[in-house]
Amino acid sequence: MGDLHVMRDDLRPPTPPPKRHLISIGDLTRDDIERLLGTARSFERALEREMKKLPTLRGRLVINVFYESSTRTSSSFELAAKRLSADTMSIKASGSAVDKGESLKDTAITLGAYDPDVIVLRHPQIGAPQLVARVTDARIVNAGDGKHQHPTQALLDLYTIQEQFGRIEGLHVAIVGDVLHSRVARSNIQALVLLGARVTLVGPPPLIPRGIEAMGCETTTDIDAIGAADIVYVLRMQNERMQEGANYVPSLREYTARWGVTPERLRPGQKIMHPGPMNRGVEIDPVVADAADALIETQVRAGLVTRMAVLYDLLTTGPKPVTAEVPMEVA
Amino acid sequence: MLHAKDAPKENLVVRGARALDPVEGVDGQVDVRIDDGVIAELGSNLSVNGHRVLDGGGLVLAPAFVDPHVHLRTPGREDEETIASGTAAAAAGGYCAILAMPNTEPVVDSAAVLGTLIEQARAQAQVAVGFLAAISKGQQGAELTEMGELADEGAVGFTDDGRPVVATSLMWRALQYASITDRPLAVHCEDPTLSQGGHMHEGVVSAELGIGGWPSIAESVMVERDLALATYENRTLHLMHLSAKASVDALRRAQGEGVRATAEATPHHLVLTDEAVRSLDSNLKMNPPLGNDEDRKALVEALRDGTISCVATDHAPHARHEKEVPFEAAPFGVTGLETSFSALYTHLVEPGLLPLETLLERMSAGPARAYGLEAPRIAVGAPANIVLLDTQASWQVSEDGFRSRSKNSWLIGEKLRGRVRATVAAGRLVHES
Repeated sequence: MGDLHVMRDDLRPPTPPPKRHLISIGDLTRDDIERLLGTARSFERALEREMKKLPTLRGRLVINVFYESSTRTSSSFELAAKRLSADTMSIKASGSAVDKGESLKDTAITLGAYDPDVIVLRHPQIGAPQLVARVTDARIVNAGDGKHQHPTQALLDLYTIQEQFGRIEGLHVAIVGDVLHSRVARSNIQALVLLGARVTLVGPPPLIPRGIEAMGCETTTDIDAIGAADIVYVLRMQNERMQEGANYVPSLREYTARWGVTPERLRPGQKIMHPGPMNRGVEIDPVVADAADALIETQVRAGLVTRMAVLYDLLTTGPKPVTAEVPMEVA
Repeated sequence: MLHAKDAPKENLVVRGARALDPVEGVDGQVDVRIDDGVIAELGSNLSVNGHRVLDGGGLVLAPAFVDPHVHLRTPGREDEETIASGTAAAAAGGYCAILAMPNTEPVVDSAAVLGTLIEQARAQAQVAVGFLAAISKGQQGAELTEMGELADEGAVGFTDDGRPVVATSLMWRALQYASITDRPLAVHCEDPTLSQGGHMHEGVVSAELGIGGWPSIAESVMVERDLALATYENRTLHLMHLSAKASVDALRRAQGEGVRATAEATPHHLVLTDEAVRSLDSNLKMNPPLGNDEDRKALVEALRDGTISCVATDHAPHARHEKEVPFEAAPFGVTGLETSFSALYTHLVEPGLLPLETLLERMSAGPARAYGLEAPRIAVGAPANIVLLDTQASWQVSEDGFRSRSKNSWLIGEKLRGRVRATVAAGRLVHES
């Protein structure tokens, strides 16, 4: 009986690929990242055409769930899904059942009942994406979980750097400011180190987490260190995360005086990045923000195509490499 | 000071086990006869006399365990644990006595609340329970409780556990005033201005995960403070659930100078490190948080050399819906009564880090001594408080097996070696598996 075959192997329905998520840069290999950046580049070319909508994800449902406020991340995910012809829904914590005290688990189960293909989640706490992944069948894209990770931000930053320099390996990136509270910093450190860049963290001692060098970066409190970098990545000074009386820094005034990124502290040709929203005049001098060497607007544009690539990758190709032509063909 | 349900005592003969009582100096194959709940005879080929026979072949017979640190959640959160369920869990874990913490709703800070609990224990408790009372009213850290009356009512000791005694002046007065009783003060060492916003040990892992760090100095500076106060007042002190190497170093130094301080460590701090938190399992969130490997090694060494004389589970039941939330939103605490021996046997005894005899002493006589209680022992004339341990058994921890009302164990799904086969507490067979 052991040899009974009721169906020829080539007639079997294909087994669905294992459900993948993008929760942390740690979920990705170097190959994964390079594939995603390649896909993003294809989408960028597709978007240069007059008809910008691609039919790739027609019939798919992408739900954006944002427990924290967001402008660029939520809008770019929504537009990314729409450009790929997916149906989209956006849920914000305020004005939803969350306001009535519904737990994350129950909210996730409720949304899961609509059979979404992807849930894009921003939540103030680490572990929220894993919890939603456990209780729904959707693929989860982490759009920021507490101070932990913001992987699509790191991917769009890598995309921006790659487009600007033509490479990432061997570049020196200085990340300046409030690393302690920054999920952007954590994802970027991980991604940049993975791709062979050198990363130096610069900021006030209480805002550089003890032990972070284990991620493969260097740390210093000396702002002059940014002079040696190819790219100065300025973090937002997150007032909303500063507990009253926590005394991470004595004042914003002193912070700006010591660690503000000003024209005097830069040398010509250095590129400036910032995840936004900026506090002009606090962590970044307005002259620096508006200078030709600032890639800040490029980052926002990169956000759209990178997020299109992430959605496309999770729902279609998987770990198989994608040639630059694939998205064009389906268009 | 300990209270349990009144029930008929047993007549038992345990045959063929290796009896192991490091305090009494017993180690060898010996039969034990228990008449009416008291150890009546030790010897070989004891006559059965119509007693029930427990086959101890291949098992270790040891003094039953004493847990100096349990949260029974009663009164107030009986959905998480009751005296009945908590003591059933204790029996399954090999315990003949447990000490319950006063951070309940309401707090055990008056003779009236304490008296009610004692009554409940006499009606429900499978194994003996002692209750600690609070140091400060409502555990608010402002006014001392009526320690004299609470001691008369039967408080085993005093603690604000769950919270530190923040004001140094209050801790000082508590040490002075508690001297009118013979009951120890037990302290939860945490400087809340340092631990504030912390959800895990501050170190490499918290830096990478971006979880609010809880520096180990939040514990050790308070350990240093309380040891200084105890030295100044020449009073005894019991340090609860130590987690940091710096705390252990301070304790060892103070003991060397003659300070009469005892301390406890939990199975999770002895086995796990902050690396485990990478899983983001909220059952790895506890107060104090899991330290790094240096901290863990220092705790094991201190338990081995006796600087830390007690294993305490800090059994802290939580409702499932309260733990099924992201890590930072989850409450602190894990259960432990039903897994402590197996966890420590598997992770410390089997790899050769701690002799079995030492573990047995730290789980029984050590905690009893710290609170001035009679230690369980294998000796003629002693009340039968014994545990039968199967050191060959392998088993997998599952939620279904727990007697506790709560399932927030850090060991769910783990395969462990060593299992409690039977527990006799105050002469009653309270657990068999």
